[in-house]
Amino acid sequence: MKKRKERIDRGIKVRSSDVFALLSWREMLYLSFPRLLPIVGLVVLSFTLSIYWQKVLLSVSVFALLAISWDILAQSGMISLGQALFFGMGAYLSGIMNYYWGWPPFLTIPIATIMGGLISTLLLLPVLRLRGIYFSMVTLILPLMLVRIVEATRIFGGTEGISGLTPLPTRWVELYLIIIVLLAALFGFRRLMNSDFGLVLKGINDNDQSVMNAGINIYWFKAQALFIGGSVGAFSGAFMTHVYMFVGMPVFALDYSILPIAAAVVGGIGTFAGSMLGAFILVPLSEILRGLGGLRIVFYGLFLVIFIVVLPEGIFHYIQRKYHQFERWVEVE
Amino acid sequence: MNSPSLLMVSNIAKHFGGVRAVNGLSFELAKGELLGLIGPNGSGKTTLVNLITGFIKPTTGKITYKSRDITGWPSYKIVRLGVARTFQMVKPFYQLPAYKNMIIPLYSPRVKKMTGGKYGDRDAMALDLLEEVGFERDSFVAYKVASALPQGYLKRLELAKAIALQPDLLILDELFSGLSLAEVAGILPIIEKLRHEGKTIIMIEHRLKELFRIADRIIVLNYGEKIADGKPADVMENEEVKNAYLGSE
Repeated sequence: MKKRKERIDRGIKVRSSDVFALLSWREMLYLSFPRLLPIVGLVVLSFTLSIYWQKVLLSVSVFALLAISWDILAQSGMISLGQALFFGMGAYLSGIMNYYWGWPPFLTIPIATIMGGLISTLLLLPVLRLRGIYFSMVTLILPLMLVRIVEATRIFGGTEGISGLTPLPTRWVELYLIIIVLLAALFGFRRLMNSDFGLVLKGINDNDQSVMNAGINIYWFKAQALFIGGSVGAFSGAFMTHVYMFVGMPVFALDYSILPIAAAVVGGIGTFAGSMLGAFILVPLSEILRGLGGLRIVFYGLFLVIFIVVLPEGIFHYIQRKYHQFERWVEVE
Repeated sequence: MNSPSLLMVSNIAKHFGGVRAVNGLSFELAKGELLGLIGPNGSGKTTLVNLITGFIKPTTGKITYKSRDITGWPSYKIVRLGVARTFQMVKPFYQLPAYKNMIIPLYSPRVKKMTGGKYGDRDAMALDLLEEVGFERDSFVAYKVASALPQGYLKRLELAKAIALQPDLLILDELFSGLSLAEVAGILPIIEKLRHEGKTIIMIEHRLKELFRIADRIIVLNYGEKIADGKPADVMENEEVKNAYLGSE
């Protein structure tokens, strides 16, 4: 006797997809729980964690932002291997404005966010015509080139970097600034990708010729997506500059390019929430494994491989399916 | 014909290395005409469409549309002037449901221009257009992901995406290929209706019976050159055409 797994939408999902959602508290909770979870979760975490783990939470949030920024580019058909470009651009810009011109963090961070996104977009503008791995290679090379330029020309402190930058006022300001930006990016981007504008971006990913055939200039849309994604990456860089009170060559390191991709893949591509979830698993995991010394990276890698093999769709897609649907085995024939 | 020509292709050529895909081709197309473009495989029909719609740039020659020289323009700008096409190999957005596929052409600046910026609800417009090409309104077919749709519906979707742009010149590249007789019979009235609305249409087609019934004029291509141009009945009688194309069947 053959059996087949059947997946059916839960009744509550079907009912609450429509205006009837307001019929009961249970349905309202069903709709609001996934949205409230990250908000309440982050606020509770911020109060309960020790100072050490609060620092980890900062780092988690920064990688979550980079992963979200990677995700919006991936959804628009641009696979970036160089999130470090955006991160480093934001980091250096805010560092320079703070060190040389003495501007306070609350001026340098927003300006570095916008300018970082803009400069990165301009740098990548000539290669927007490239697709797939060709675009990816350019994004991989650019941050590595910039780091060599800083090293060779000894500008902005050269290999020493710039230190003694202004910190953010208190650790609560630090923590809540990044949490608010992270949540805003998460919900904002989810909304954006569900709009008609987002649909065009998804269309470019799916079949760019067909989008062009609709009279839409795909390069203009790609550039906008690049600016949005790049700005979010630049924000995380600018933010970290003021947390570390230092900016130097490490901001262009490969970690900032690879870890966000790992987070998005483990968490699930195409949802933003998945990217965030991935960062919330991978970064603390790396902290926990710190005790293992040299073997840390081995276990870390093993963990990644297991995740990808067992749940190739990503954790978030798996959870989402379990939340919205029930499964049962039915007999075939 | 008294009406001014909508499209003028003069002495156009496209060479891919040594291959002369289109070789010094000229023709004019009057407003409201339905032109059939036929020829054996590899005779340059699709290349000609790609040249007119700006997907590839000509080696030599000039294309004028609405008295504007559009030679070498990027395709999205040509679409904005009102030239819409379908692809022989359908190009839907496979990850999106059928009606979401329609949102992207409806988002086009062309539609904005034609509707005077008053969009209305794009979802509703999408469903209306899909119903027009035969996605039954009462069924779930318009909500299915494009990758789950059968070929017949994908062809209809391709047509709906082109109609959504409210084109003046509609180019249909082998719309009927791969469809059953019944499916063709379902789509033919849609094309006849578009024609009554005054749209100029170029059809590339291998189904000669259907094409010859609705076309005003037929151009026959062979090895990138025009070997016949005229009314369907006259073209049928042409000896050269019989040898190159019809006779080989």
